[in-house]
Amino acid sequence: MKVLVPVKRVIDYNVKARVKSDETGVDLANVKMSINPFCEIAVEEAVRMKEKGLASEIVAVSIGPAQAQETLRNALAMGADRGILIESDMDLEPLAVAKLLKAAILAESPGLVIMGKQAIDGDNNAVGQMLSALLGWPQATFASRIEVQGERAMVTREVDGGLQTLSVPMPAIITADLRLNEPRYASLPNIMKARKKPIDMKKTADYGVDLAPRLKVLKVTEPPGRKAGIKVESVEALVQQLKTAGVIG
Amino acid sequence: MRIEPFNEIVTAFREQIGRICAQYDDSFWLETDESGVFPERFVADIAKAGVLGVAMPEIYGGLGLGLVEAAAIMQTISGSGAGFSGASAVHLNIFGPKPIEKFGTEAQRQAFLPPLIAGTDKMCFAVTEPNSGLDTASIETRAERDGAGWVISGRKIWTTGAQRANRILLIARTTPRDQCRKPTQGLTLFYADMNRAAIDAKPIPKMGRKAVECNTLFIDGLRVSDESRIGAEGEGFRILLSGLNPERVLFAAEAVGLGQVALARAARYAGERVVFGRPIGMNQGVAHPLARAWAELSAAELLVYKAASLFDANAECGAEANAAKYFGAEAGFRACEAAVLAHGGMGYAKEYQVERYMREAMIARIAPVSREMILNYIAERVLGLPKSY
Repeated sequence: MKVLVPVKRVIDYNVKARVKSDETGVDLANVKMSINPFCEIAVEEAVRMKEKGLASEIVAVSIGPAQAQETLRNALAMGADRGILIESDMDLEPLAVAKLLKAAILAESPGLVIMGKQAIDGDNNAVGQMLSALLGWPQATFASRIEVQGERAMVTREVDGGLQTLSVPMPAIITADLRLNEPRYASLPNIMKARKKPIDMKKTADYGVDLAPRLKVLKVTEPPGRKAGIKVESVEALVQQLKTAGVIG
Repeated sequence: MRIEPFNEIVTAFREQIGRICAQYDDSFWLETDESGVFPERFVADIAKAGVLGVAMPEIYGGLGLGLVEAAAIMQTISGSGAGFSGASAVHLNIFGPKPIEKFGTEAQRQAFLPPLIAGTDKMCFAVTEPNSGLDTASIETRAERDGAGWVISGRKIWTTGAQRANRILLIARTTPRDQCRKPTQGLTLFYADMNRAAIDAKPIPKMGRKAVECNTLFIDGLRVSDESRIGAEGEGFRILLSGLNPERVLFAAEAVGLGQVALARAARYAGERVVFGRPIGMNQGVAHPLARAWAELSAAELLVYKAASLFDANAECGAEANAAKYFGAEAGFRACEAAVLAHGGMGYAKEYQVERYMREAMIARIAPVSREMILNYIAERVLGLPKSY
């Protein structure tokens, strides 16, 4: 079974994001970029499937600037077999991304798509669901456990109050939650080998889909700074303060 | 020569190694510094990542890369806050086996290198002796022919990792000095099992890097086969010399990395610590020593990668490697010292790590060769001045 894993290049999770002074977005100039952590979990899951003999080939797909090749190399170093980069310097909306991925998936016809539940930059949590709808494939989101049983995937999801298990026929879209696995560190020999694995360079125009933006960002601002607290002398004083503030009745 | 940014492979290496090191935080290294317990788990992770074979040929399980890559990795390890406690724990496996690779027979390479690269064999390197110091030609350890093999007896000092090693690379005199044309002749290199029935290793209590021990060795009648001999009999000193330059470059890279992490901590502290109503880093008396440390570390880093690039290109690099080790160690130490001073009283507290960095930074000023011997080398070989000793 071929497994396709979309991966996104995002601002590194350790970097403190700074808003541009004109409030149009986050300043990405000279900022460290990395593979989206949820995408990394998705790659790891696919690699484990391959190690168990459940997957035969892993294709990593990224949409982004030329530097997203490094993101693909990261996935290749972890164990993906080849990459596809759909080059775009636009800040694409989730629907446009889902349309491009749909086109790439139809060209590759994988047996399963595993992807991050969301990217840590936009936090949209939308592409997996949109992709499922566009393809007409079943979806199992927020997976914390995936078990392939014949033609179906048993997917455990963390929901409010417990765990839910879905049985979905494949091909399907599964989105990875944080606790699905702990991604491995690519070893140096595998980093070297990844340099030699193929990356197919594509343009968005190759897929002929409508990428026109439908959303308008009004402004992006820093969260307000936290105000300093006060110290009170006793529990009574605390209760009184909370009442005064209208927090408790 | 392209130094900064590094090529994609070195950048990817640094990033992955940095991520592995990030799992080992300040409290981990603080604890190893207090307990003196070797960081086995850390070394196992580093070995698993394939670091130990970075500069070894691919046919023995290595990556076939060079000193630039090795130095970048060691700088990253040290600069993660692991300092010499982390760097010295893996350092020896990286370039220590070079004499085997360069001067061993094919059978020796096939037998000895793969387990060192996998990290299953741990070696120590016994050169220095209490009565000879840096005057290696005057070592007193003797290897005598005994049938088909050799019997070795003598003392060694500052042998790093001898408690943990199962293999030992050691140099011994095989022809008495007065029977050699030159005092540096008549020395031979052996790679043997760390037979503890014949080798007694005693750790030396020391200033820093408690978790990676240095030892005094008492070798009494160690029997080794002739297959343990690396290179020709009497050629040990020449073989040893070939490994000195890369070792110096690695020490320099590690010292620079340590200085960089010390400086980053100091800059953060100086920016956050408010006294007299403003961050202390607003005072030029605090800021300038840190800025100077950055300039020195940056210059030292250039020297390190210049020397490493020359070595990788098989060019003569003695002067550059020595200068890199001298200047890297000094810049690293001065950055650590500036970091301790910028922290004020907190710089003296273990919690802020920088006092550990400063103690560890002394290692690179002393080992593997003193500043004075480096300056002698440059004075003689580069400046053409008469030898003073």
